Amino acid sequence: MRRGILVAIPVLGLAAMLQTSIVGRINLLNGAADLVLLILAAWGLQERVRSAWVWGAAAGLLVGFISAIPWHVYLVGYLVVVGMARLLAHRVWQAPLLAMFTVTLIGTLVLLMLTYLERSLFEVSLAFNLSFVQIILPSILLNLLLAIPVHALIRDLANRLFPAEVVS
Amino acid sequence: MKTSFPRSLQTVIIALVAVGLVALALGGYFNPVTSWFTRLTIDAQTWISTRYLAVTDFLTVPRDVASLRQRNAELEVEVAQLQTQVIDLQQKVTETNILSALVDFARANPEYSYKAAAIIGLDPSPFLRYVIINIGSNQGILPGMPVVTDKGLVGRVDAVIAEAARVQLMTDAASAVNVRLQSSDTEAMLVGSVTGDLSLDMISQDAAVTVGDVVLTSGLGGSYPPNLLVGQVVSVRKLDYELFQQAAIQPNVDFNQLGFVLVITNFTPVDITPLIATPGP
Repeated sequence: MRRGILVAIPVLGLAAMLQTSIVGRINLLNGAADLVLLILAAWGLQERVRSAWVWGAAAGLLVGFISAIPWHVYLVGYLVVVGMARLLAHRVWQAPLLAMFTVTLIGTLVLLMLTYLERSLFEVSLAFNLSFVQIILPSILLNLLLAIPVHALIRDLANRLFPAEVVS
Repeated sequence: MKTSFPRSLQTVIIALVAVGLVALALGGYFNPVTSWFTRLTIDAQTWISTRYLAVTDFLTVPRDVASLRQRNAELEVEVAQLQTQVIDLQQKVTETNILSALVDFARANPEYSYKAAAIIGLDPSPFLRYVIINIGSNQGILPGMPVVTDKGLVGRVDAVIAEAARVQLMTDAASAVNVRLQSSDTEAMLVGSVTGDLSLDMISQDAAVTVGDVVLTSGLGGSYPPNLLVGQVVSVRKLDYELFQQAAIQPNVDFNQLGFVLVITNFTPVDITPLIATPGP
């Protein structure tokens, strides 16, 4: 578990840097992919990983620190993503990509809805239809597109860190 | 019988013949002969030289292919390095042009002090329109400082850490800037949206607003300095049953191409919160 926690720092740090400098600039309408969310979803779906909750909390605090959205929105959103991933990791283990798509779809929706609610309730009134069509749907689509490569990369990382035990 | 000329006579005859030949040559009488001889000599020389080079090439080709390949590889590496340098220099030229424009803007507006900064990131949430710049409190940046480019207003500093700051763009949905229309001197409020579009609100129904009107900051409220260029009116919506007119604004700054900005460091925003009336108990 210690290895998983140690790896979280460079991986999530790099992911946050890529998110703010590159991924955030690739827009579909006004939506953008969330690389950190995808990494958390993929990491949480790996069976031998035990540090997923720590990753979720660290990512929530890190992105919450960078973003102008209050930090607890990202913290709660990312922990929901990790929770869903851990739940599905034990149930649809034979179809990891299906689980990844499910977590990505629902996790993105939850996080963006939390963001929408926070902005609408405490900052400025936002039109729901416009937000849904211009931001939430395109962001979900972009996340689903990125889900496969991110899942493959994270699965390789997890396999290197936690190789399967050989039973002789 | 032995006939013999005296040696001196032989010498004289030979000299006369030689002088005669020289005189004929100088007179151009030998030209056909000399040109024929010269052409023959050159042809022979060419033939020999060509054959020699052919034989030399034939004998040295294998060695040259190897050396040429090596040379080719070296040149390819050099070309790649030069291409990298060209890209690097093009990038620098672009940056220099932008910075030069910013310097021109700073010279044209000497009443303010500026700090130049590069945009190094965007806010992770697609609901927000904030950017991150590479200067912070160590460089004297404080929350509330206005951010501009040579094209006009960009936004204002929202949060600061030691070496970076977060800037709220005026296109953010929660942004509100007091502005005035230059032609009619009408006050209005510029607001952003989730899509990044800008619109003017709170325009009096009596005000004459036309497409193309220039929008400047008014300085009201003390959040921004006055007379910073914002954009132009592109459409007006005036309905008789509404309290105010509205207008869509085309910002002068291209927010998709933001690379460098200037932070106005000698402007202190006024906090008018204590002046806002709150309902009594």
